[in-house]
Amino acid sequence: MSEHIVPRKVYFVVFGALMVLTALTVFAANIDFGVLNDVIAMTIAVTKAVLVILFFMHVRYGSRLIMLVVVAGFFWLAILMVLTLSDYNSRKWVEQRVRQSTIPSEAGR
Amino acid sequence: MSTAVGAPATPIDAPRGVRFPHVNYLNANYGIKSWLLTLDHKRIALLYLASVTFFFFLGGVYAIAIRLELMTPAGDLVESQTYNKLFTHHGVLMVFFFLIPSIPAILGNFLIPLMIGAKDLAFPRLNLLSWYIYMAGGIITLWALLSGGVDTGWTFYTPFSTTFSNGYVVAAGLGIFVNGFSSILTGLNFIVTIHTMRAPGMTWFRLPLFIWAHYATSIIFILGTPVIAITILLVALERLARIGIFDPALGGDPVLFQHLFWFYSHPAVYIMLLPSMGIVSEVIATFSRKNIFGYTFVAFSSIAIAVFGFLVWGHHMFTSSQSIYAGMVFSFISYAVAIPSAVKVFNWTATLYKGSISYDTPMLYALAFIGLFLIGGMTGLFLAALGLDVHVHDTYFVVAHFHYIMVGGALMGYLGGMHYWWPKITGRMYPEGWARFAALVIFVGFNLTFFPQFLLGYMGMPRRYHAYPVDAPVWQVLHVMSTSGASIMGVGMLIPMVYFIWSMRYGKFATANPWPATGLEWRTASPPPTENFGTTPVVTWEAYEFRPMEETEVIGPGDTPAQPIDGMQPTDGKNP
Repeated sequence: MSEHIVPRKVYFVVFGALMVLTALTVFAANIDFGVLNDVIAMTIAVTKAVLVILFFMHVRYGSRLIMLVVVAGFFWLAILMVLTLSDYNSRKWVEQRVRQSTIPSEAGR
Repeated sequence: MSTAVGAPATPIDAPRGVRFPHVNYLNANYGIKSWLLTLDHKRIALLYLASVTFFFFLGGVYAIAIRLELMTPAGDLVESQTYNKLFTHHGVLMVFFFLIPSIPAILGNFLIPLMIGAKDLAFPRLNLLSWYIYMAGGIITLWALLSGGVDTGWTFYTPFSTTFSNGYVVAAGLGIFVNGFSSILTGLNFIVTIHTMRAPGMTWFRLPLFIWAHYATSIIFILGTPVIAITILLVALERLARIGIFDPALGGDPVLFQHLFWFYSHPAVYIMLLPSMGIVSEVIATFSRKNIFGYTFVAFSSIAIAVFGFLVWGHHMFTSSQSIYAGMVFSFISYAVAIPSAVKVFNWTATLYKGSISYDTPMLYALAFIGLFLIGGMTGLFLAALGLDVHVHDTYFVVAHFHYIMVGGALMGYLGGMHYWWPKITGRMYPEGWARFAALVIFVGFNLTFFPQFLLGYMGMPRRYHAYPVDAPVWQVLHVMSTSGASIMGVGMLIPMVYFIWSMRYGKFATANPWPATGLEWRTASPPPTENFGTTPVVTWEAYEFRPMEETEVIGPGDTPAQPIDGMQPTDGKNP
């Protein structure tokens, strides 16, 4: 394991950036952007997470194997979310199908 | 020891109570401190062996209590509330404290450095820490079970676990949460060790299949366990702080729990099974004196099972409110998992073909594994079929299916592995006759216990009920068969317990390579010295280089004679 020495300045800059982004989150939460509310909140949150992973967790200075491990972790998180949401998002389809199939039969009665 | 194994393997008579002729990891130092503070992976494996065995027998006691209750149709032995606790405790102990850690933490811990030619795991201190975490998790869970008990089933389904159960759900959950970190540390340690500590010449495709299986298992440990940890935390948060995650009244969804729970707990089945498959690959090759058929396919099928295993969890939820479209996808992918599993079964069978087979105890367990895993796996496909699952969901058919996988698969592999490497671990042979007898008893008892449960389930006996109708006499007949089978299996489990302990003092001394096999672990003394190998081995041979027994007796086990690498004298001086 090669130890990469990170100048202290980098940590302070990243810390500052995180604080600014936190303030931005609070600020944005008080304004109604309509459909963009979630998008803006998530963008800020993801940016902060990336900063922490790259600098505080030293992934930026890690080997390719380390990067691969991080990517694999997120890939697995994506599997969890995509397949879970595939359930939630397709539940309505069932209701639609049921409605379509029952209406004609009721009409025929 | 089988006579079929031949002259080179004959151990000498053990002088009673005499110490081993060489310094090894067992006699290098003595005293309680040398064990509790050890950093030696072999000693940590034995610490795990003792504690995992304790939890196994405790879980077994609960199983016997369940079976006794079900002998009669009336719920007369225990009250329904007590019965709920019995099957919950049985499940929690067996799944989280026996099946998941058993093979990786005991045999994996012991063998991975030996098999790849390393002195220890990459992080010996983390390894010891993982055992302490396991013990802490175990003690917390035991406290929860003994002081109040939990009645949710080992699956902790919401909304019962979050809203209605009066048991010690949070405490038991905390124990499992803590225990999860022990799994993560073990998995991390294995992955780093296999990547960075292989001996010169030990390329990826010279690794024994046992190592490939553990690599795949470690991937699941690392990627899956955090999810169950978070899920338990969410249950606790909702129970204690009424945060709406799973409760619809608070804006949550109870089925979300099932998604999160099975995202870990389905792959957890492969955590139990993959290491067993690794053992079976080793044992089949050794006792049929043939190189494993299709090595690369078997190796990659382990990885494929680990990856596919993460994509199928919805097949536990066909009768929940899960959308039928998601169900179709999960059903399809579940069928796909059968492919890498079948690759293994067919390749083992092809390895046996025209092999020079001997029926030593490890081989008996390996053959049992193949047959029982086949039944367990095929009935798994029944359950993965959307329509049929509606009929048999939550019946004894499911109970029978997963016991065929977990007991018929994982436990048979574990017992086979314990017998196969017992001479390496202790330097003593177990009594072969008794061991074969016990294997037979366990096999018969197992089938008598669980085969009738397929029939019961198909006829509609629901799981987790402690009473059933009197006017269906065939149900009681099947239940009595099952209970008597469980008693036979219980006795069968005690026999190895007795002769293993007996053999530690009175067993014959084992040679460095009693079977004889070609792996690196057999090229150092039995038991190995603390540093495993005197000099770092240089590997110039493939993973399996077997030749028929007749040739082995004359010219040695592999293309490369299995000389002890560090020049240490084998205990009988007869080893080739």
